Amino acid sequence: MTLPTMDRRVAVKKLLDSRDGALVVTGLGSPSYDVHAAGDRNDNYYLWGAMGGAALIGLGLAQAQPDKRVIVITGDGEQLMAFGSLATISVARPKNLDLIVLDNQHFGETGMQSSHTGKGIGFDKVAAACGFSKTAELRSLEEVDTLCEELRRPAEGPRLFVLKITAENLPRSLPPRDAVEVKNRFRAHLGFATC
Amino acid sequence: MTASVQAKHPETAAVASAPAASERHWPDHVYDVLKAAGISHMSYVPDAGHTTLIRLFGADPEVVTNVLTTEEEGIAIAAGAWLGGKRSVVLMQSSGVGNCINMLSLPVHARFPLLVLVTMRGEWAEFNPWQVPMGQATEASLKAIGLRVLRAETGDDLVETVAQAAAMAFDADQQIAVLIGQRLLGKKKW
Repeated sequence: MTLPTMDRRVAVKKLLDSRDGALVVTGLGSPSYDVHAAGDRNDNYYLWGAMGGAALIGLGLAQAQPDKRVIVITGDGEQLMAFGSLATISVARPKNLDLIVLDNQHFGETGMQSSHTGKGIGFDKVAAACGFSKTAELRSLEEVDTLCEELRRPAEGPRLFVLKITAENLPRSLPPRDAVEVKNRFRAHLGFATC
Repeated sequence: MTASVQAKHPETAAVASAPAASERHWPDHVYDVLKAAGISHMSYVPDAGHTTLIRLFGADPEVVTNVLTTEEEGIAIAAGAWLGGKRSVVLMQSSGVGNCINMLSLPVHARFPLLVLVTMRGEWAEFNPWQVPMGQATEASLKAIGLRVLRAETGDDLVETVAQAAAMAFDADQQIAVLIGQRLLGKKKW
């Protein structure tokens, strides 16, 4: 039986259209392309590397900016490399950090090998076991619409949502290559001097 | 096992004697200079040599602290903290440096300020042979990925080194590891 999946770019566009001032960090590979395809912005921080770092950059950012919401949009492969980060984030218990795992159940960047999530690992269940305040697995764009409303409401702690997306390699939408520039414009967005 | 080795070779224990009394308060002074440098965020993997710093930061309501499951988490968290306007320090042991190498491409490539304090193992009066390979490779590994590496062997030197490393990290966008020599830490006792 094949369970339903959703279009990743449509889902990400929905999330970003309702971001409501949230700061966004993206995991390397397709999630960065998905977020960039929805519109390049100064309050996006894209990763092209640092595999496993996205959720943790989100944690540091959320702790430094407790009055702003931080949304991390990453992939199942990237998040699998930071399995322990769910424990670290749960213990840190930020109320302003939401993790979105775009889960195509494959290592899409490296030849579409089946990933652990395709073999039964559910990040929503792992995060729930760690103590995240809210977790869910979504399989339709209608559910994403509901999630957009959910994300606007205050949270008691970190939340994690798995979006089951269709396994496909879409055309790349490349963010700026210069990570220093992306860093500096992000900080300038928050009002920090960059010189 | 360790105790019996010490009993058979008392001269070994003498060589690895604890630091002089004047040296024992260096963690308090390191805390003071980190606070003076504007550090308000800290992540750590527990280590005996960092015990006092972990306790002082943990009790400081002005500092956000994170306990990590593995050291490279701290590198990414520190980058996120800087994005959000906080100065962070990461505490780890030399064995954990090996876990960090790919994640260090983030601060090196994106020029995020980074300050890491590393307690050394495997270089002085080490009883555990498994600690030696990574301890011996620590400095070369950090330099290979692009970090500036400073070392301190005395408490006074460490305090001064940490103060200037913090200035270079956060004012000059450098990625710096300060290695705290195992000789300064004294022999690990069980």
